[in-house]
Amino acid sequence: MIEVKGLNKSFGDHHVLKNIDAQFHKGQVNIIIGQSGSGKTVLTKCMVGLHDVDSGTIEYDGQDFASMTFNQKKTIRKDIGMLFQAGALFDSMTVEDNIMFPLSMFTDQTLKERKARAQFCLDRVNLTTAGKLYPSELSGGMKKRVAIARAISVRPKYLFCDEPNSGLDPKTGLVIDELIKDITEEFDITTIVITHDMNSVIEIGENIQFIYEGEKWWEGSKEEILRTQNQEVIDFVYASKFMKKVRADLAK
Amino acid sequence: MLSSKKGGEGQGAKDGLVSRPFFQGFCPLSLAPCPSMIFSRERRMANFSRNYMSIFFHIGRYILWMGRVFKRPEKQSIFRQRIFEEIQNVGYASIGLVALVSIFMGAVLTIQLAYNISSPLIPIYTVGLGVRDSLILEFSPTIISIILAGKVGSSIAGEIGTMRVTDQIDALDIMGVNSTGYLVGPKMIAAIICNPFIVIMSIALGIFGGYMAGILTGEVSGTDYIYGIQYWFQPFYITYALIKTVVFAAIITTVPAYFGYHASGGALEVGRASTVSVVYSIVIILTFNLILTQMLLQ
Repeated sequence: MIEVKGLNKSFGDHHVLKNIDAQFHKGQVNIIIGQSGSGKTVLTKCMVGLHDVDSGTIEYDGQDFASMTFNQKKTIRKDIGMLFQAGALFDSMTVEDNIMFPLSMFTDQTLKERKARAQFCLDRVNLTTAGKLYPSELSGGMKKRVAIARAISVRPKYLFCDEPNSGLDPKTGLVIDELIKDITEEFDITTIVITHDMNSVIEIGENIQFIYEGEKWWEGSKEEILRTQNQEVIDFVYASKFMKKVRADLAK
Repeated sequence: MLSSKKGGEGQGAKDGLVSRPFFQGFCPLSLAPCPSMIFSRERRMANFSRNYMSIFFHIGRYILWMGRVFKRPEKQSIFRQRIFEEIQNVGYASIGLVALVSIFMGAVLTIQLAYNISSPLIPIYTVGLGVRDSLILEFSPTIISIILAGKVGSSIAGEIGTMRVTDQIDALDIMGVNSTGYLVGPKMIAAIICNPFIVIMSIALGIFGGYMAGILTGEVSGTDYIYGIQYWFQPFYITYALIKTVVFAAIITTVPAYFGYHASGGALEVGRASTVSVVYSIVIILTFNLILTQMLLQ
């Protein structure tokens, strides 16, 4: 479980995160939603240690990550997998080498063991034959799946996904969503997904956190978010005409 | 309404300091037109002081950042492998260009020296001596390093800058890899290993180019030229050239890497970082050239 307590982060005079308290549960897909510029990405970057926090704690299974030194953080970071918006695959390496990279860096596995693990991860994301391709030869959806394969190669305890569906068609987005959910349950990991996509929220969201103007505004399940009376959440969730119609139908 | 994204993106913002690249706007070394020239005197003074303070900020950040380059690598075997890869990229790939430039440099030096030695009191073999010493003392270590700053430096800034804006560096950091050490260390070591050989090769090819030019134009005979290049040879000049080359090798790799590593935004910013890194590398090389010459040739 990851627990954030009283988290504050500013850039100069700009107070981006204001006293955020949130819990992200093990074995669940925890979703962070909010408008562009509300602080979701900054919150995630603080949680993985890419930004230093001004105050507050970030506890990974009881260990305060925010107060650790660079070397202490390494022990936690080895348990973190992250899926970036654009995949962030290393261009100069093949898909197989990308997946083997964290294993080569942090384990003493032989080449044969690493290749076997990479193939297992590729099989798991349904890209069995893509090992020898370079990232430039992959489609957007394939890149995301390879990034998931790389993230799970080190058997992470925590998986962060930054807008995993952005730039994908709805069908491919659904494949990625299902993959994230399956992996979360299969490996019993704490998954945190940042998204704007309400389809993802409804499809895989179990614990949903709504960030509004840098504050944690609302928290609940996917059933609760559909029936909430919170105006800011309603404005976000039912922004489109289609969703407004859904809300009207729900009200009936 | 907050605009946290704006504040949250980029390395400068990450550190909570200057998020705007310091080379934008007024900068004495900027290649871009300078909009601040149309500002009021007070505004220009403010910009001037801010940008010079910004230079101190970057010098401090560069020194702290270099501290991370020298940290122990996560895995020695991968680090060694990366050094060999970079020897290919930084050193081997530059040999053709350096060879071409060196031969022509030596040839032109020979013709110019022969043209300028008009007095019958000065023996013609001094052309060989002049070409040799010019190449060893200045042309091969400094001019070749400046050429490499353009070729290798822009490539390094572009590569690392692209990695930054596509989150590849963040991916390394999240994995627990010291991204600075992993990306920059092998490039710097590769250049420090390769560049002395490249400069020695440049000296040899420059002298050969001069020999060929002397013979083909009939300005200097082969015998005079060969006598000249052996006349009053100072072995310390080679040491001096190699010391300069090693210092320049570190500048050529780390300054562009610094600019690339701290790039933010998109392709335009990476391009700008690449251009500015080359300009700064050349200025720093020229500055260190002066300092080292004063120190070593006193």
